[in-house]
Amino acid sequence: MVTYIVRRLITAVLILLGASFVVYILTAASGDPLQEYRGSNLPNVADLIKARTQLLDLDTPAPLRYFKWLAGAGGCLIPFAGSCDLGKNLAGQPVTAALGQAMTQTLGLVTAAIILAVLVGVFLGIITALRQYSALDYGVTFMAFLFFSLPIFWVAVLLKEYGAIDFNNFLRDPQIPLLTALTIGLVVAVLAWIISGGAVKRRAVSAAAAFVVVTAVLLYLSVTNWFRSPGLGPVVILIAGAAIAFGVTLLSAGLKNRKALYSALITVGLGIIAYYSVQGLLDQATPLMIVLLAIATVLVGAAVGYFMGGYDRGQNMRAGGITAFLIGVLIVADKYMQNWPDYFNNGRVRGRPIATIGAATPNLNGDYWVSGLDAFTHLILPTVALVLISLASYTRFTRSSMLEIMNMDYIRTARAKGLSERTVVMRHAFRNALIPIATVVAFDIGGLIGGAVITETVFAIPGMGVLFFDGISHVDPNPVMGVFIVTAITAMVFNLIADLVYSALDPRVRVKS
Amino acid sequence: MTQPTQDIELAAEEAERASAPAAGIEPVLEAKGLSQGQIVRKRFFGHTGAMVGLVAFVLIFLLAFSASGIGPIPGWWKYSFTDVSSLVNDGAPTVTGPFSWGEHPFGQDRIGRDLFAMTMRGTEQSIMIMFIIGLLAGLIGVVIGSLSGYFRGWVEAVLMRLTDVIIIVPLLLLAAVLGQIAANKGAGTFLGYIANNFGVALLGILIGCAAWPSLARVVRGEFLSLREREFVDAARISGASNTRIIFKHILPNAVGVVIVNVTLLMSSAILLETALSYLGVGVHPPDTSLGLLISQNQQAFSTRPWLFWFPGLFIILICLSINFIGDGLRDAFDPRQKKFNSKKAKDSRATAAKPAAETAGA
Repeated sequence: MVTYIVRRLITAVLILLGASFVVYILTAASGDPLQEYRGSNLPNVADLIKARTQLLDLDTPAPLRYFKWLAGAGGCLIPFAGSCDLGKNLAGQPVTAALGQAMTQTLGLVTAAIILAVLVGVFLGIITALRQYSALDYGVTFMAFLFFSLPIFWVAVLLKEYGAIDFNNFLRDPQIPLLTALTIGLVVAVLAWIISGGAVKRRAVSAAAAFVVVTAVLLYLSVTNWFRSPGLGPVVILIAGAAIAFGVTLLSAGLKNRKALYSALITVGLGIIAYYSVQGLLDQATPLMIVLLAIATVLVGAAVGYFMGGYDRGQNMRAGGITAFLIGVLIVADKYMQNWPDYFNNGRVRGRPIATIGAATPNLNGDYWVSGLDAFTHLILPTVALVLISLASYTRFTRSSMLEIMNMDYIRTARAKGLSERTVVMRHAFRNALIPIATVVAFDIGGLIGGAVITETVFAIPGMGVLFFDGISHVDPNPVMGVFIVTAITAMVFNLIADLVYSALDPRVRVKS
Repeated sequence: MTQPTQDIELAAEEAERASAPAAGIEPVLEAKGLSQGQIVRKRFFGHTGAMVGLVAFVLIFLLAFSASGIGPIPGWWKYSFTDVSSLVNDGAPTVTGPFSWGEHPFGQDRIGRDLFAMTMRGTEQSIMIMFIIGLLAGLIGVVIGSLSGYFRGWVEAVLMRLTDVIIIVPLLLLAAVLGQIAANKGAGTFLGYIANNFGVALLGILIGCAAWPSLARVVRGEFLSLREREFVDAARISGASNTRIIFKHILPNAVGVVIVNVTLLMSSAILLETALSYLGVGVHPPDTSLGLLISQNQQAFSTRPWLFWFPGLFIILICLSINFIGDGLRDAFDPRQKKFNSKKAKDSRATAAKPAAETAGA
């Protein structure tokens, strides 16, 4: 194993050297860095040319310049020495500083997008595999193809127009007319009809229920001016929590396992108590505190499951832990919503919260919650764009992987043993279908970071994309190399992780050492 | 067919499947005596999505190439994409039905250029670049993949390390650098000659030279497994040369994988080209492309939305139809394709369970 990893790392370094040489030479050959001064008739043009030639070291041929750059970049390998030198850009700013800033922006965007895309994509893939050749399957397949064919810059412009500008206009006077509410209810009812499947009666009941609930909720939200001062409140958290408890138990242990169901429900009860007791604490929240609280929440949920006892404590603990985490998410979401009016009426935001460009409102002085909301309103549109684009491949891949597994002999054996369909799907099929998905996700992360440059450019997020295209258009190799090194290393690390994860998850596959 | 053994194997598999259909797996009913090519063609033409995609793509192709003309041959549309005419109806689209197009069916931009002509020109450019990338990347990918997969040893080591070097650079970033090279072509050099005489072809050629690694990997994998098959041994024993084995015996069996992957490569190539043009490192004015049209007109979305809708619509239509064609090809070429139907599986379980329950009850 160790031999394998060491060998892979050595190959990776050699490949990185080769690829960085190619990119450096290509960038240097892509144009004339002195172009803007050539036709200029400024009085000091000779000095300008001289200064830039010195800055970019243009008197040295490009292959030699690469090795100079490499010597500087080699310093990055020594940790904490501060000798990291990736060169300077045209403005004379060190690339390492610019890159550090840009990386946080890009990684934040890509992380959120990839988590959402994987969750939604895997879910849709499994549903469509289980309902193969149904209306739902055809609908999702068509949507997947459509999203796959969408140019991201086109989607981004549409999102800006309808998601930001029109939604902000709506927020100015958040009233939903009766007709609109009815139409949305009808659309949801049709969706419920398609998704629910089964006999006509069951479909009709779920469609009617969806119609009534959605329309009523929309009208209620409109009447109470919810969009201006949103919030969940203990009642909604209690109802949603009970639903979560039942749902989680159904998926993780089955409703027949009463101990698991009761531990999930007890966790919901504790969550409601916690809702009142932590409000004061949450007012002084910091990111670290939220992480610690999340860990504590999951531990409490698992502890409830442990003390319920029964024949399978693992299932109780899982049901309790997952429920506790989701309740925690609800409480935090409620806290964010409580701070929404503060953010909305902030002098910098002035009632138009969803931003079309940038990554943060400049000079916004707010606490943890307000700045969190600010990041949310800025990142939501680029994230949605990225999710839409990458969702399709996960859906298709999960579907085919799941279909293949549902054809396996051990699934037939599991059914023949008389296991419930839930156990067959969740225990035997789903877990095995996740193995190839895990590797595909790992491979995709590198590509997604490279692909995010378009999204960043459209939404003017000062990430690595802006750095890269500034470098390209001014024939400035140093920023380009910085971005390239980061994306290439990420891609390589995740490829290695993908291989290792595959061999860890599937015992039949062993890495050659 | 060149490999009787494989046909026999397939036939045996089919017979086995037909005799004992497993629960939920529909037996693939195929008339005896069809060659592999005929089976593939039949499956492909029976695939609704692929057929719709094919028809849509052919229509777009004919419309774009006939409307704006190819090279020196003029097209039938009265305006060229550079003509400026006076604004009709403030530039709004005049199309009202399938046969009443009016003066400017897709409208005009701010200075009065005809959007239909520009969109057709852009579509033509995008399709041309797509084909160049597909053909070139397909050719390089197949050559490198088959050489490394067939010969193994140091050939494989060298070629696959080369593939690794190129694949590690995100394609979009590499293509952006290459697009910039294509744009700043030096006069008098060879690249400059191509750029001056063939326009955007240079962009396609450069990107094609960078887009092949994923295909090469797939082809190599296919060759690795095919070269161990019995029919290759048989050919080698009967004295066939390496060239003959590669071209006559292995490549025809790998052609499905190649065609499917080249199709998917082309659908991503069109998105790549439009994205590059949008970012300003692809096709440059005065020439036009679908991505460039969107990039030039996105600021005008609230005042002249049609300038934004039509080019985007054509990108989506082309890409969607190619994706559907690729999906149909994949289904047609996959010999192991089984139609699993979970509803039937459940039904057959239910019918199997019922008699058992009845006997238990009795």
